[in-house]
Amino acid sequence: MRLNDFEEDMLNGKHGWPRQFGMEQIVKVGDFFDAQDCVEVAQVHLMADTESLGEDGVEFLEKLAQLPLEERAVKVPTVTDPRGIDFEHYKELGQSDAQADLERRAIVAFRALGVMMTDTCINYQTIMPPVLGEHLAFGDTGSSIYANSVQGARTNFQGGPSALASALTGRAPRYGFHLDECRKGRKIFKVDHAPGDFTEWGALGGVIGRQMESYWDVPVIEFVSEHRHPTSDELKHFGAALASYGSTALFHMLGVTPEAFDGSAPLVDDLEQMDVIGAGDIETFIEAYWPQDDVVDVVVFAAPQLSLIEISQVADLLDGQKINEKVALIATVSPEVKSAADRMGVTAKIEKSGGLLLQGVCFYQMCAREIGEAKGWKRLLTNSAKLVNIIGGYGYDPVLASLECCVRSAVQGRLVR
Amino acid sequence: MSADGGSKIINGHLGIGGPVVGEALVASDNFSARYDLDRLKGVFSRPAHKLYGMSYVDKILILNAAKGGVASAWMLKEMMSRNMGPKALILNFANPIMAQGAAYAELPMIDRFDQDVTIAVKTGDIVEVNPAAGTLIINDRK
Repeated sequence: MRLNDFEEDMLNGKHGWPRQFGMEQIVKVGDFFDAQDCVEVAQVHLMADTESLGEDGVEFLEKLAQLPLEERAVKVPTVTDPRGIDFEHYKELGQSDAQADLERRAIVAFRALGVMMTDTCINYQTIMPPVLGEHLAFGDTGSSIYANSVQGARTNFQGGPSALASALTGRAPRYGFHLDECRKGRKIFKVDHAPGDFTEWGALGGVIGRQMESYWDVPVIEFVSEHRHPTSDELKHFGAALASYGSTALFHMLGVTPEAFDGSAPLVDDLEQMDVIGAGDIETFIEAYWPQDDVVDVVVFAAPQLSLIEISQVADLLDGQKINEKVALIATVSPEVKSAADRMGVTAKIEKSGGLLLQGVCFYQMCAREIGEAKGWKRLLTNSAKLVNIIGGYGYDPVLASLECCVRSAVQGRLVR
Repeated sequence: MSADGGSKIINGHLGIGGPVVGEALVASDNFSARYDLDRLKGVFSRPAHKLYGMSYVDKILILNAAKGGVASAWMLKEMMSRNMGPKALILNFANPIMAQGAAYAELPMIDRFDQDVTIAVKTGDIVEVNPAAGTLIINDRK
């Protein structure tokens, strides 16, 4: 990789060990993907929940945090993805004091580096929305695909250590979705169905995601039947599911996303025409998760964290009803949305019905296996296609249904369509 | 061990990490540390995965493509720190997360081969991984 003098100096340790670590990571990954040089990034979104970090990762952060400020401070605005503990509620979820202690240590270390603890995966809605053409280092698949596709910014998936490397250096290797060539559509999907709710938008993302062969596949979506222009929350669910099922970081939606807004997207020469997706494909996708019995242990609204609009919908549906004592209901939001929900009476409605509104966390990033074992939860009902894709590996038996169905089932204590 | 006498060389892109030799564990499935593994027990825990219930610890893990989320970037090193990681990760197609995780964990990794590596190598084969050259050498099968 070609480095400028400042980058060389960082790599050689002239600006301290943290920036040297950062440049070493950038060069290793850049060489692996044949990057020619670096881009300067405008902001960093850092995924570092303690379930992923473990003791080893937290010790590493603590080592960085002990160094002088001029060596350890991040160079660009750096915000965090959801964490693993809501300190107000972790005990009732069966999470241990040891998990909470690890979380506290990680937070102290991050603050010492100048990282802003936003604890959200929807930073593109709630913190600082990216700008068309801006280079970023985003570290959540959902935030990356939204920033790339809907906002037209440029990032690869940058997992924790690499996002930290970008935060410490202000750089990322120039490969993948930083480059025009990689942003061209490779597979085109005609969709002959207008998704009716978040669940269907997520299912559409899942149907397309399953047909992605690798990270480098870029789908182009063309609606061929009449449809309403999608909202930010709908594209959020679509993108999060597409990224989860497909390991996909960029899509173009004709007439919607900025690089395809005039009805045409940049395309590779050997574009692949895929089968038309219809209502039946969406229904089959959702039904495949539906069980023979009607048992439900926990209803979860998360992955991605809910916007203020979504959490208000949950609260309005629950308002005046009691969640059945056999079922738990959990919703996760960012601290900013929680504060707004508190102020607007949304939290009160959810809590009065017996639901739990958690802040700064997302369900699958909280050591969900241990929570499930502690609470005896197995059957998990959610309207998030992303969550059903992830949570099976944590010992849950997930079911995908509409928001209304999830709330109805929580109230009746059994799966109800 | 050498590439002579019936050994087979498979060429990939230049990889990450140092050379290593070990027993292959192979499936045509994709891979994510968060989605697919019980990292405490060191086994595949996703029921739909072809390697469900099998231990990947100290194996040359050979799978199709990196899938899923970003957590693997931290998780590979966390697994290695408890001596509960694979010996190397070999994929047809890595994604940035696996490359970042391998770089951070110093876990040997190669991808982009001249053939489907999940067909070329069989579970139980003894495989020599050389990331600096981007090669896999399969030694004589028993």
